Amino acid sequence: MSRTHITCTVNGEATDFLANPATSLLDALRDELGLTGAKEGCGTGDCGACSVLMDGKVTCACLVFAPEAEGRDLLTVEGLSSGDGAEGDHLHPLQQTFLEGAALQCGVCTPGFLVAAKALLDNNPDPTETEIRYALAGNLCRCTGYDKIIRSVQEAAVQLRSAT
Amino acid sequence: MTATENPKTYKWVGTRPIRHDGYDKVVGKARFAADLNLPGQLHAAYLRSPHAHANIVSIDTSAAEAMPGVKAIVTGDDFPALDITDPNHDVSINVLARGTVLYHGHAIAAVAATTKAEAQAACAAIEVEYELLPVVLGIDEAMAEGAPLANEQNYQKFVGPTDPSNIATHTPLERGDADAAMAEADIVIEREFDCAHVHQGYIEPHACVVDTGADGKANVWASSQGHFMVRAISAAVLGWETSRIKVTPAEIGGGFGGKTTVYLEPVAARLSEKAGRPVKLVMSREEVLRSSGPAPGAKLRIKIGATKDGELTAIDGWMAYQVGAYGDFAGMVGAMSVASYKFPNLKLESWGVLSNTPKTAAYRAPSAPHAAFAIESVIDDIASELEMDPIDLRLKNAAVEGDLTAMGMPHPRIGLVECLEALKASDHYQSEPAEGAARGLAVGFWFNIGEQSSATVNLNEDGTATVITGSPDIGGSRASMALMAAEELGIDVYSITPVVADTEAVGFTDVTEGSRATFATGKAVVEACRELKVELCRRAAQIMGVDEDQVAWVDGAAVSPGHGGGEGGEPLTLAAITAQAKRTGGPLTATASLNAAGAGPSFAVHCADVKVDDETGQTEIVRYTAVQDAGTAIHPSYVEGQMQGGSVQGIGWALNEEYIFSSDGVLMNPGFLDYRIPVASDLPMIETIIVEVPNPSHPYGVRGVGETGIVPPMATIGNAIKAATGVRMTSLPMSPPKVLKALDEAD
Amino acid sequence: MQYAAPTTVDEARSMLADNPGSRVFAGATDVVPQMRSGRPEPSVLVDLKRIDRLMSVAHADGHWTIGAATPTSELTHNGEFAAMFPGISEGAGLIGSDQIQNRSSLGGNLCNGSPAADSVPAMIASEARAVIAGADGERTIPVGDVVTGPGQLSLSDGEFVVEFEIDDAPANTGDAYVRTTPRTEMDIAIVGAAVRVTMDGDTCTDARVVLGAVAPTAVRVPDAEAALVGSSLDDDTLAAVAAAASAAANPINDKRGTVEYRTQVAGVLAKRAAVLAADRAKGMEANS
Repeated sequence: MSRTHITCTVNGEATDFLANPATSLLDALRDELGLTGAKEGCGTGDCGACSVLMDGKVTCACLVFAPEAEGRDLLTVEGLSSGDGAEGDHLHPLQQTFLEGAALQCGVCTPGFLVAAKALLDNNPDPTETEIRYALAGNLCRCTGYDKIIRSVQEAAVQLRSAT
Repeated sequence: MTATENPKTYKWVGTRPIRHDGYDKVVGKARFAADLNLPGQLHAAYLRSPHAHANIVSIDTSAAEAMPGVKAIVTGDDFPALDITDPNHDVSINVLARGTVLYHGHAIAAVAATTKAEAQAACAAIEVEYELLPVVLGIDEAMAEGAPLANEQNYQKFVGPTDPSNIATHTPLERGDADAAMAEADIVIEREFDCAHVHQGYIEPHACVVDTGADGKANVWASSQGHFMVRAISAAVLGWETSRIKVTPAEIGGGFGGKTTVYLEPVAARLSEKAGRPVKLVMSREEVLRSSGPAPGAKLRIKIGATKDGELTAIDGWMAYQVGAYGDFAGMVGAMSVASYKFPNLKLESWGVLSNTPKTAAYRAPSAPHAAFAIESVIDDIASELEMDPIDLRLKNAAVEGDLTAMGMPHPRIGLVECLEALKASDHYQSEPAEGAARGLAVGFWFNIGEQSSATVNLNEDGTATVITGSPDIGGSRASMALMAAEELGIDVYSITPVVADTEAVGFTDVTEGSRATFATGKAVVEACRELKVELCRRAAQIMGVDEDQVAWVDGAAVSPGHGGGEGGEPLTLAAITAQAKRTGGPLTATASLNAAGAGPSFAVHCADVKVDDETGQTEIVRYTAVQDAGTAIHPSYVEGQMQGGSVQGIGWALNEEYIFSSDGVLMNPGFLDYRIPVASDLPMIETIIVEVPNPSHPYGVRGVGETGIVPPMATIGNAIKAATGVRMTSLPMSPPKVLKALDEAD
Repeated sequence: MQYAAPTTVDEARSMLADNPGSRVFAGATDVVPQMRSGRPEPSVLVDLKRIDRLMSVAHADGHWTIGAATPTSELTHNGEFAAMFPGISEGAGLIGSDQIQNRSSLGGNLCNGSPAADSVPAMIASEARAVIAGADGERTIPVGDVVTGPGQLSLSDGEFVVEFEIDDAPANTGDAYVRTTPRTEMDIAIVGAAVRVTMDGDTCTDARVVLGAVAPTAVRVPDAEAALVGSSLDDDTLAAVAAAASAAANPINDKRGTVEYRTQVAGVLAKRAAVLAADRAKGMEANS
């Protein structure tokens, strides 16, 4: 099977890789680029564990064919902690509030939640609790009951607003 | 919010540090089993049964073997046949079928190939000839006289020699005279309930990578609740000595009981052995739902008698649990889990019943949620008949220390009364429900267990420490271990690195189950730390030049009369002692291994306000509070997290989660679209009240908290629906079609 | 399987003509699960998202033109569109999570052929038209004529939907789409109902009632429409709307709902959607 050459930007860096056309972007990120932060929880777009930003829009990487990434700008959880102007591996406020707010237990859904929450706050810096709950409805968490995740997103929103 | 009755004050225990494994998890570095890849690794896939019950007449793998990329194929013939009396017999034939497939999705063969797609294509090319057998799906059907057998190799347990049967277990429990008490009762309510199978729904599918070398040794990286369990079962299924297998625990992406057994590892080990290359084996979500172990479905009849002033005088209960295609112990626990009320007269029997559905597995307080749904519903109906406050009725009958469980065991010090009182005093209970909403509450109980644990604590040369255990961390237990060690040693919690080590680097440790990790493994950590403190004092005495009995360990430092003990001088800090370890006797390390007794039972009371749409049958949870006795909350955030997570799993079980089987035994909803676990927008915040009635059998008073939280929600919501509509729901899930039907029938 | 991303409709048209067994896709939110559950891979997967015409939303000359592959999130975030067609907007917005919304499209939702497609009933209620490209050029048909049964389309091999046209809503017109699902999100409608009404004061002068998930395709309910026209949506009218909707329902039992439930709730939702649409019509300024 012939593999396609794909050129894109991943977490701010120009990247290229080879993939079979039927390969999902998720498998390409994990297996070709070694970015295993995004997880496969279902493979059908129902759990959000594979959430990535594609041109700033949150997307299930399991539903994207790898060649679709050609020319796109991708952000995965691995890229969340850089690019905010701070040096080193300065954590994104969402990562910090998730840690402080105990918003993760097993942690397998966490990368997807962080990426989806970033997409929310990028577009809506002051969401209501209901808006957060609906914006994150595509991300399943089986450990926390969502309570601490929602509170951590609320706290990150406060911090991000006060920083700007 | 914490309703603390725990008089102890600690420096570290009860604080909320950032968990030690947290950083890796928020930056995407944490390694779950499917994140690992080895050089030269092959990918494996399963051929699974398209029938729910059939004899395998023949398997022809020749076409598959010739396909591109295929490196190895295994079937049941590649594994030893274990004797029917071997405790691992059932798991061995569940891993790969031998002669008969017992449920739709039962694994028949596995292929390792260069890519997953090639492995899947080869599976499709394996030719299997089946001879169909009758499919047994329902409890009544399975228990009927002359019913066809779901599994011809199942024999009822504990009854001596017998014919094959659809019964796994029958557990009768009795005390007093329930029939006589029922005849004398002022009020008797009897109802029948049913519960669908549900799944644990962990987000991470089962996964492993196995590298079996030419030396015959297998290196296993696995996602499980117990890597020693993975080693033991894999060895048994493969017919190998335990020493041939090393299991390294990967991070585990949720288990809730579902990862207390093995599906993949021995198969991957054998494939790797045959192919001479590492093999990665990862289930799809569909495979998880079809072929791993859900919780049993159940049917229950509960009759409770009471006096007119609300004394519960008798319970008579019949409970049947559908345990899947193999004899399992799940059916025994239902009756045993009746322990919340005094019930002077009691007659219970529970059954484990087979069906041609997946082998069930543990799910958070296994079998107790079904029983509590039924019993707490009937008790609520008694309260409303008697026009009593449902908390007061429960308080009047609540079990306290010395009261007997259904099994006849006296309770140790327990906190049910304290939980009920905490709810009664809460803002939630003291406030009126929102307009259009109505309130329900229910109690839950779980035993908790102790079992075997090991811990090693190494003090580093700079006074930091490594705490090594064998308990996979499924909800923050590393942070709990570090907190207890910090408290014991008197050093900063962030100076401690808690590690979950592989099967060759730490002493044997049982599965993380039964809410035991913080209790039992924590106890081992504390014992190791206490042994270290004795040694630290001995070393300090050498350095100070005083007798050992002159030295005490206070606030993380050795104190003697001349060194901070009241006569000037400085205490010797832990770091000062470890710095001189080489000249005082060598490295400071201690190991403790134990079989922990005295796991304190944990009680919970939940309260929900719901709105029911009487035209669509939809139930909305508008407010929810969980109250639970944690003994002592080592890390309160993760105690709350267990309570909230258990509550929401229970809310899903109550409202929408169910296995839907076709009449020929095919699961119709094998995905997260139609196996509907709650999403964030379905829920309010889950308020928590931690009650602390310390467990006298743990150095810090810990009671396990992981499981009890899933026991009360179904009855809590059922009782709230009753309060909202006047209709008693007796079937789980209480989905919109069922609620609407019940409302219409009540009109 | 090959992947192709044409940049013009003509290019896509010839690719489909030249490659038997090829298939178009937009967001792949249905294609990927179908492939995973064993449906055969197409020979060529033709990605429509690099064709500008399929990825645009325009409002001119008294009608809207919506590219068939445009992510539904762009539609729901289009304030002007959502104000004129709140029902279509809310239907499109219910297709899935934010992750799905950035991929799902009106074209994909329609051409998946599911009777439960959330955006379809409200499109039919607003008499949306589908512009279809094929080997012989383009043709335009009512949206309601595209799907002929579950997974079955009236499109020939090589045809695909390019865009939708929706005429501006008349003055004093409102639409609404409501559905029931067991969960609040991430679910497939057990029943869906779209209603569009035009009001003259308190009197309904025009009505369309369309149900989803209760028949092999989305269905209009002429009896409910007749009951609404000329009424002020009084209780008797709403009861008649509900009865007509329930009578028009011809559902199946499946893992998502029973015949009994779907039939009954079809009436409830038709009634609720009618009230919501009328409220919107009365509150809505005349469209220019």
